[in-house]
Amino acid sequence: MGWAIALHGGAGDIPRSLPPELRLPREAGLRHCLNVGIAALKAHKHPLDVVELVVRELENHPHFNAGKGSVLTCSGTVEMEASIMDGKSKRCGAVSGLSTVVNAVSLARLVMEKTPHIYLGFHGAEAFAREQGVETADPSYFITPENIVRLKQAQEANRVQIDYTQPIQKEPNDAAAAGAKIPNGDSQIGTVGCVAVDDEGNLASATSTGGLVNKMAGRIGDSPIIGAGTYANHICAVSATGKGEAMIRGTVARDVAAVMEFKGLSLKEAAAYVIDQVPPGNAGLVAVSSTGEIATVYNTAGMFRASASEDGYSEISIWDSPIKVTN
Amino acid sequence: MRWAIAVHGGAGVPPSLPPEKRLPREAGLRHCLDVGIAALQARNHPLDVVELVVRELENHPYFNAGRGSVLTSRGTIEMEASIMDGKTMKCGAVSGLSTVVNPVSLARLVMEKTPHIYLAFDGAEAFAREQGVETVEMSHFITPGNIERLKQAQEAGRVQIDHTQPDDAVADGDGRIGTVGCVAVDNEGNLAAATSTGGMVNKMVGRIGDTPVIGAGTYANHLCAVSATGIGEAIIRGTVARDVAALMEFKGISLEEVAAYVMDRVPPDTTGLIAVSSTGEVAMPFNTPGMFRACATEDGYSEIAIWDSPSK
Repeated sequence: MGWAIALHGGAGDIPRSLPPELRLPREAGLRHCLNVGIAALKAHKHPLDVVELVVRELENHPHFNAGKGSVLTCSGTVEMEASIMDGKSKRCGAVSGLSTVVNAVSLARLVMEKTPHIYLGFHGAEAFAREQGVETADPSYFITPENIVRLKQAQEANRVQIDYTQPIQKEPNDAAAAGAKIPNGDSQIGTVGCVAVDDEGNLASATSTGGLVNKMAGRIGDSPIIGAGTYANHICAVSATGKGEAMIRGTVARDVAAVMEFKGLSLKEAAAYVIDQVPPGNAGLVAVSSTGEIATVYNTAGMFRASASEDGYSEISIWDSPIKVTN
Repeated sequence: MRWAIAVHGGAGVPPSLPPEKRLPREAGLRHCLDVGIAALQARNHPLDVVELVVRELENHPYFNAGRGSVLTSRGTIEMEASIMDGKTMKCGAVSGLSTVVNPVSLARLVMEKTPHIYLAFDGAEAFAREQGVETVEMSHFITPGNIERLKQAQEAGRVQIDHTQPDDAVADGDGRIGTVGCVAVDNEGNLAAATSTGGMVNKMVGRIGDTPVIGAGTYANHLCAVSATGIGEAIIRGTVARDVAALMEFKGISLEEVAAYVMDRVPPDTTGLIAVSSTGEVAMPFNTPGMFRACATEDGYSEIAIWDSPSK
């Protein structure tokens, strides 16, 4: 056993032609967040604290679809959601419909720790945020120019997207190429998440997102749904990303743990098995087990991800083979 | 294969109920079971059957869903529901409704008329208006019994699942009528589940429970259909509805065994569920003192029960 951590910045049809100005900031963001997580684990922080800390960093990073940089609803507004779960106790917290809370994942944790409930949404969640004195900002704080463009493009194409990595192609050729490469769901940067285990086998998971570009107001995806986007128990911790509806239907996060427990599969086998059940192009996940294994699996073109373990292994990737092995 | 149907009006019923509280609920269960049986005999699809039955339960003022929903800490109504089709695994869910007469039907419309699964609060209410579903003033849903329950819960300073005995001294958290649900299978093995609720007495505004969470309060796939009831937080944590199906799939054991196994894994006095399998098995386990429930199968078996001994 040893500690292990994995985090993601979203799975999707991320094209290999992703231009540097879009790729580099995200890689840097992944590297930064991984380092934050590694430092916290080395300092013997509990995985629950580690995943919250890392997801806060991802939320604050404007190039990922969570917190600042969240995609917009069909009304041009931001509605953020998140959840967090502690493996050993199975305590969990979730929030939806936030428009002013700077760190949704931290509010989810407060729901878990300061209320008799698990899940608060919309006005009630915003009111709770104020009661708790968490940092809030004007809704405009979360809106980035890229996301205004994404919404416009989605509305013009009259579709709901998970996300869209290429809104800003100046050259018509690239735009055409991009359009040709992008079928129904488009490239997807959506959602951030982190899973961690310490050297005592304590596990935790957290996920946060702005949702789907051009989603209906009030639409809830998989990120705040325990068992869909987030799950942790004594066996493993999972954070999923992709098309929320597919993850809800597929109870993806829960199934990884269930398959390990009831079919006796390893973490990597279980993760591959579960992602295989989801229609191609729709899902990805990161997971760690109580024994320090790591799995990062996706059935999309790519997934922004990073992982590391106590034995010195570390990786930051977008594409490459869908199953990553520890060394 | 044969058709089967199970209905619940909530787990957490205390060990005894005076007739004036027991009889209307038994009559309600009987009525709703009959509606479901007739629909299955007329070869309606289980998805239509569960929606129809849950609408009836929502309209019944003695169950905690639709009219008769318990109140939030502010004395308001926030209803939620979900529905799932086993073969396709399409599903729909809604939360935070205060004017929609039948949340389960709105959940079905989310499933059928939007690219999404789950809509909540203002967005869900707006969708309801777009769809032209029946809406009324919030006061329609509020019953004197629930005003009383809220008052007692606030005096006792606690959140309850429900409370069937406002005029009795009650121990911590007991007396629960909460949530309604229905599961059904036809003689081709088509399965469906639906659940609906007003939530927990004195819940925080904006609190979402297990009922609209696919995999917690509701789940259906090609193997079985499940609707759960009880303390929402325990059911979410325990991914109860999904676990029933997962255990059948991954361990290959019968519905009855699976249901018992799942109940064993949730804290005592928190949970009940109803489930049917593709082959027409029925299970209705609970670890609370009682659960309002009813079931019937094509071979003529039927049962209406609250505690352990069924009343036919």
